[in-house]
Amino acid sequence: MTGTSELRYVYAVCRPLGDAPLQADLTGVAGAPPGLVEHHGLVAVVGDVPERDFAEAPLRSRLEDLDWLTGTARAHQRVIAALCTVTSPLPLRLATVFRDDSGVRTMLEQEGDRFRAALDRLAGRVEWGVKVYVEEAAAAEPAPAAEPAAASGRDYLRRRRAERAARDDTWQRAERFAQELHDELSGQAAATRIHPPQNPELARTSDRNVLNAAYLVGRSASEEFVETVDATKDREPGLRVELTGPWAGYSFSSPEDAEGGEEQP
Amino acid sequence: MTVVERREIALVDLLDRLLAGGVVLAGDVTLRIADVDLVRIDLKALISSVNEQVPSPWPELT
Repeated sequence: MTGTSELRYVYAVCRPLGDAPLQADLTGVAGAPPGLVEHHGLVAVVGDVPERDFAEAPLRSRLEDLDWLTGTARAHQRVIAALCTVTSPLPLRLATVFRDDSGVRTMLEQEGDRFRAALDRLAGRVEWGVKVYVEEAAAAEPAPAAEPAAASGRDYLRRRRAERAARDDTWQRAERFAQELHDELSGQAAATRIHPPQNPELARTSDRNVLNAAYLVGRSASEEFVETVDATKDREPGLRVELTGPWAGYSFSSPEDAEGGEEQP
Repeated sequence: MTVVERREIALVDLLDRLLAGGVVLAGDVTLRIADVDLVRIDLKALISSVNEQVPSPWPELT
């Protein structure tokens, strides 16, 4: 119920779910079960959240609390993932909050055309994330302690040149590999988006992220897409490919997000 | 070896989508996370301090 201390959190907008209700025991942000607000052929998936956390001022500080952010992000994704089993939702940015259902309806009214266009673009499709890493061992300089003492200055310089050449070769190989993989995967995608490389500290890896891309792929074409990614296994030593997904179309929620072909599977 | 890994969603992948993706709306309350870069910078600072002082929370986040 909407009381003075509750706000309306909106997860996503989708087409009416028809006979496919959300699972009964699903809980979202703030532990609240998601509900539906329907307006002119569009449905907002919403939940009650406490004003003490989600009004502007508290939210600003909450977002800098990593535990709170993590819990909120996972709860948001839980609802979106459940939606993905029954439809292709248009996800909203984390922590989009309205005062009440009337505000949500006004938003659906004002943004209706944009939502319908986006939902048409996402219909029957999912997002896959593909990342390429240069593994630390392949990119690192050998530790000085591991080297035998150079017999002469000339030996030393020769060895340094060889090391540098090996490193350059690794980076060139990584760039070429990432470009070729991206080209190949783009051919199987309706749209693509390149994200900035991930921060190694956030990603908890010492490997260097050289490609961080998202692909919008038809559900029926996804098996082939995943097989293509799997087939890159063992293709290049020292490089690692990571696949994430399927995601809702987070990276393709605005027309300007997408690059590349429109009318592919 | 090039390895294709599939595992539980890492926080960094989740934040890639939830803080940089999704429709940005002018809600009627609302702090819009349009200033994603700002949030991220703060987050990076936060994470550095987490790593220095309390390394333990991290394994469960990946």
